[in-house]
Amino acid sequence: MERIAILKMGEFLLVTIQVDMHDRLALTLQDDLTGQIVKHRARGVLIDISALEIVDSFIGRMLASIASMAHLLDAETVVVGMQPAVAITLVELGLPMKGIRTALDVEKGMTALRGAILEAGRDGDASGIR
Amino acid sequence: MPTVNSKLPQIFEKREQEITDQWMEQQQATGRRLTAAERDQANRQSREFVRSLKSALQRNSSGDISGTEWSSVREFLVDLSSRRAKDGYTPRETASFVFSLKPPLFSALKNEFGSDPKALADEVWLATLLIDELGLLTTESYQKSREEVITRQQKELLELSTPVVRLWENILALPLIGTLDSARTQVVMQNLLEAIVQTRSDYAIIDITGVPVVDTLVAQHLLKTVAAARLMGADCLISGIRPQIAQTIVHLGVDLSDVTTKATLADAFDLALRRSGHKVVRQEEPSVGAATR
Repeated sequence: MERIAILKMGEFLLVTIQVDMHDRLALTLQDDLTGQIVKHRARGVLIDISALEIVDSFIGRMLASIASMAHLLDAETVVVGMQPAVAITLVELGLPMKGIRTALDVEKGMTALRGAILEAGRDGDASGIR
Repeated sequence: MPTVNSKLPQIFEKREQEITDQWMEQQQATGRRLTAAERDQANRQSREFVRSLKSALQRNSSGDISGTEWSSVREFLVDLSSRRAKDGYTPRETASFVFSLKPPLFSALKNEFGSDPKALADEVWLATLLIDELGLLTTESYQKSREEVITRQQKELLELSTPVVRLWENILALPLIGTLDSARTQVVMQNLLEAIVQTRSDYAIIDITGVPVVDTLVAQHLLKTVAAARLMGADCLISGIRPQIAQTIVHLGVDLSDVTTKATLADAFDLALRRSGHKVVRQEEPSVGAATR
C-alpha cells in the first residue's frame, strides 16, 4: 500500500507530499504522523507541498486538520513550498488557509518553527495556532 | 438596390486619366501639405485605386461592394487606412482620400450626361452610394487599427506598471500606480509571488500611494494579494494610505484589520527591517554642512 514517508530531522518531522492525495492516503498519513510525533516527541512538523500542482479544498482541509492534531500533541506545523500558481488558485477559490503557518521553503520553515516553539515556550502554554 | 444599368464602368474606361488627374489635384488642394515623397506615394496610391475601382466596376456595378468582385478594392482601402492610422493621419484626412474622388467623378458625369438630366441624376446617385460605402469602409478600418494600437498599448502598460523592487535582502516593495482592476491584480499577484520565490523574501510591502481610488473591489484585490503572499510564507504590509483613502476604507466597511498598514513606505520599510532583526544606526554625527541645511 502506498504511504507518504515521514522523515525525522532532529526535533522536527518532515513530510513531503508528492502524490495525489485521496481519502485513504490522508487517513494513513494522519495516523502515521500523530504516531511519529508521540514516538519521537517531535516539536514541529514541516509539510512540503512543492511538488503539488493542484491543491483543492480537500487537501486544504487535510492540512488544517493535521495542524490541529499536531497542535494537540504540542507540535507546531508549517506548510512549505507552495507554488505561486497554487497560492493564486487558493485565494481565488476563497480558501486562504487561515490558521495554517506557511513558509517559502524547508529552510525558512525550520526557522519559523524554531521561532514558534520559542514563543510557545515563553508563553508557558499553548497560545493557539496563529 | 435598383438594378440600373449603370454607365459608370464605361465612364471610368473612357475618362480614367482625366478623373485620376483631377482627383490627385483635389487631394493636394484639400489635404494637408505633403512632402515630395508623400505626394509621389499619394499619386501612386490614387492611380492604383482608380485602376482597381475600374476593374471592380466592370465586374459588378450594382453599388454593392461586399462581393468578391470588390475584394481587391476593399483590401486596398483597409490596408491604406490602417497604414494612415499608424502614420498619425486624422480620420478626416483618411476619409477624404475616398471622398475627394466625388468632385472629379461628378464633373466627368456632368460632361458625359450634361444633356440628359434624368440619366445624370441616376448616375450621380449611384456614384454617391458607391463612394459613401467606400468611405465608410475606410473610416471603419481606420477606427479598427486605432483600436488595435490602444489594445497593444494597454497590454504594454500592464506589463510596465507592475515592477517588484527589492529594498533589502528579503524585503520586497511593490509600488502600485494606477487603477487596480482584476486583470492587473492577476499580473501583480503573479509578479509578486514569483519575486518572493526568486529572492526568498520574507516581507513584501505593497505601496498604494499611486492608486487614485480604493473602493471595495480594489480592497478585495489587495486582500487577495496579501493572502496569496501569506500562503507563500511572506508577510505583507500595505503602505501609502492617504487620509482620504483611510476615510473611504472605513466608510465602505472594508476590514483591513488582518493586514498591517502604514501611512508611508518609509514606516513600512522600517517595520519590516525591525521584524527581520535589522537595525538602522547612524554611524557618525552629520557634518556641519548637512546639519545647517
